[in-house]
Amino acid sequence: MGALFFYLFAGVAVASAFMVIAAKNPVHSVLYLILTFVNAAGLFVLVGAEFLAMILIVVYVGAVAVLFLFVVMMLDVDFAELREGFLHFLPVGALVGLIFLVELILVLGAWTTGPSVAGAIRGSIPPAATVTNTEAIGRVLYTTYAHFFELAGIILLVAMIGAIVLTLRHKVYVRRQNISVQVGRRNDIEVRKVQSGQGI
Amino acid sequence: MTVGLAHYLTVGAILFTLGIFGIFLNRKNVIVILMSIELILLAVNINFVAFSAFLNDIVGQIYALLVLTVAAAEAAIGLAILVVYYRNRGSIAVEDINLMKG
Repeated sequence: MGALFFYLFAGVAVASAFMVIAAKNPVHSVLYLILTFVNAAGLFVLVGAEFLAMILIVVYVGAVAVLFLFVVMMLDVDFAELREGFLHFLPVGALVGLIFLVELILVLGAWTTGPSVAGAIRGSIPPAATVTNTEAIGRVLYTTYAHFFELAGIILLVAMIGAIVLTLRHKVYVRRQNISVQVGRRNDIEVRKVQSGQGI
Repeated sequence: MTVGLAHYLTVGAILFTLGIFGIFLNRKNVIVILMSIELILLAVNINFVAFSAFLNDIVGQIYALLVLTVAAAEAAIGLAILVVYYRNRGSIAVEDINLMKG
């Protein structure tokens, strides 16, 4: 049963990943990207990493893919024009891809687990019956790897500030409050007594 | 037939190759190049999680979490740069990005 689901998830993930790079319309590419991520999350569940599977759904499908969708739909680009060199780049792309695949297959066919690996394991996974995957990650992430966790937070903060700084623009015809000029006014302040109901 | 570590590594390798292939295939379209980078990072994550599960080491999943963080940050910054570039030039073709004569 597990093997069946593995081949289902893996097959759909690979097929939709191919469609991401082959689809004519970038909106379809983003939708296929979502399908790829959902199936990868399924693979994660099969292998016992439930927390990462859910994070993959939340972060990728919920945030990144929707961001891609917004940008694709916001830019008014003639996508047919962008695909003109598709066949032109096909040979070199296929060549590079083939070289990569052959190298990876060579690695996959010949690897063995080194004798020192067993001694290098830092935190073994507790049995799933007693401790859930989320709790097991939390036990290690908030203690031994707390600094990495904070570093991840800082990276996200910098990315957020960067994205805001890059895309924020001040329009010239929008009048804004200039506090220093407001506070710095000295000579042209005048106090008048205004009759009620008349104004100045 | 039982599913072992090699199966997951194969899926990761195929996804990685597809990502590399996509970068070369869509040389003009920055959005698809960014999506290909996401595919590559996903392949890396699959490898991390597979090794974590089959070597019985939770640290691989924590590293995958950090990769996920960096991928999200990269997507946000990349798309922000793309939007600014489109606003200035009215095009997202990679070949037009030659202001710095690099």
